[in-house]
Amino acid sequence: MNKLSIGERVFEVFNILFMILLCLVTLYPFYYVLIASFSDPSWIVKQRGLIWLPEGFNLDAYVRVLDNPMILQGYMNTLFVVTVGTLINVFMTALGAYGLSRQNVMWKNPIMFFIVFTMFFSGGLIPNYLLVSELGMLDSLWALIIPGAISAFNLIIMRTAFHGVPISLEESAKLDGANDFTVLFRIILPLSLPVIAVMILFYGVGHWNSWFNALIYLRDRELYPLQLVLREILITNSTDSMMTGTNAADTMPIGETIKYATIVVATVPILVLYPFLQKYFVKGVMIGAIKE
Amino acid sequence: MPALEKSTSQAPIKEIRDKTLMQRIWRDAKMNRYVYLMLLPVVLYYAVFHYGPMYGVQIAFKDYSAALGFAGSPWVGFKYFEEFFNSFFFWRIVRNTLLLSLYELLFAFPAPIILALLMNEIRQHFFKRAVQTITYIPHFISIVVIVGMLVDFLARDGLINNILGMFGVEAVAYLREPEWFRTIYITSGIWQGVGWGTIIYLAAISNIDPSLYEAAKVDGANKWRQVLHITIPGITSTIIILLILQMGSIMSVSTDKILLMYNSSTYETADVIGTYVYRKGLLESNYSYSTAIGLFNSLINFSLLILANRVSRRMSETKLW
Repeated sequence: MNKLSIGERVFEVFNILFMILLCLVTLYPFYYVLIASFSDPSWIVKQRGLIWLPEGFNLDAYVRVLDNPMILQGYMNTLFVVTVGTLINVFMTALGAYGLSRQNVMWKNPIMFFIVFTMFFSGGLIPNYLLVSELGMLDSLWALIIPGAISAFNLIIMRTAFHGVPISLEESAKLDGANDFTVLFRIILPLSLPVIAVMILFYGVGHWNSWFNALIYLRDRELYPLQLVLREILITNSTDSMMTGTNAADTMPIGETIKYATIVVATVPILVLYPFLQKYFVKGVMIGAIKE
Repeated sequence: MPALEKSTSQAPIKEIRDKTLMQRIWRDAKMNRYVYLMLLPVVLYYAVFHYGPMYGVQIAFKDYSAALGFAGSPWVGFKYFEEFFNSFFFWRIVRNTLLLSLYELLFAFPAPIILALLMNEIRQHFFKRAVQTITYIPHFISIVVIVGMLVDFLARDGLINNILGMFGVEAVAYLREPEWFRTIYITSGIWQGVGWGTIIYLAAISNIDPSLYEAAKVDGANKWRQVLHITIPGITSTIIILLILQMGSIMSVSTDKILLMYNSSTYETADVIGTYVYRKGLLESNYSYSTAIGLFNSLINFSLLILANRVSRRMSETKLW
């Protein structure tokens, strides 16, 4: 009885064609950037329309990108913020999630309200900026880490996951004289590795991709994270610094491929890791979607 | 006499209750001392970095000067609000913000719902997984890179103009044309978020009781009727929750994307509350004025969220709280 009607068959064909088109539209921009970055610059600027294969394979653009001290420095700054920032994020979020997932804690609900309220109301850009400046964190990478130490949304995800750990384990550990620190670090966290992976990913990718806080808190160019360097190269258009030693006629084309190579260098880490990590991201969204 | 009796008899009871409350607090503090020790840094963090700025919001009603600080600066009442409401920019940025939100609601909000319904009809399991994996990708790409690609592809000699040129369409520097800004903002937003947005709907769909479909088939309902009468009602509460959340941010479009995308030639349609606050506050150091605008903005968002939640609670039992 599973025969499809003609209408359903036609729909299925169109649906599949639509999905293929959607995938092409999603992937082609990345593909274009990738092959353009490996191509001969003067060939690229002459192209009119879609390209499918690189032409005049060369790595000039990559040599220049990797020679650029700003990009290297940006990478280092971003790595610092991603590792140290994520570590602090996960630690703080775990502390909060543990406390707020325990039973018989009298001030649990008021504290929860205190935290959730900040998801819906905030002081706004300027008071935040003034506070960070007042605390002497301007022009320091800590300004990208401390003010965002906990995301209430992630805290709720983690709390939901902690609720899933059987209470009997905690009770028997407490009978053996374990205190809450032991329970959290020896029992709850080892049993919640998937949610920890989710947290590392959410926070880590957030740090990797963020740029606006760096724009407002950092003046010193030495401290610029990768995304802020990218902004200069891709959007405010300054490949000039990387084009010294090329004659005027070549300048324009290689500027284009430098941009593409920059995008590749900055995006590859995420794209390479992505297929392995996808299921954790999806899991995070699912836990986050469960209401109480 | 009865009154006196009443008061004398009540006083000890109240005392006992107070005592037990104090005792309860004390017992709780003792029993959960490690839990509170853990919560301490968390609460401190929220107090400083979230409630601190809320305390600082008072400078919207003051003439802020760094030397005098949040508390010490002199009060000026609603001066900066009046200045903003009477300014030439008021209508422009409010209109631009609302229009972008409205188009987002009309086009970007339903897109993942429709895509999830279509994905759900794919019967080839492997193909479905592949489509999901691919369409999630743009969500992970930084906004700087995405706008960087937009800038490149939409330039006068960029990819889009080259392709359209083959069909005889005249080249346009899209990101310099105010009338194109909203289209580009919304379209690229859909490209970024449509795949990722399906996750939550696909999860809701997979929670629908399969026996409902079986029963519908027995009753002779075709695929279309099944979608209409089972799948869509099955995800309505998810849709409503996300809609409420969306309502709460109707006055805030993604400032950081617009900051990267706009330029002085497109301010007319691209300048929104967030970008204006950034320019006035951080580039021109009008702290009190921009704080006032920011406060105006968050108050409207907050009220809309509460309103949407109330309306939804009355109409459908679905609520955020």
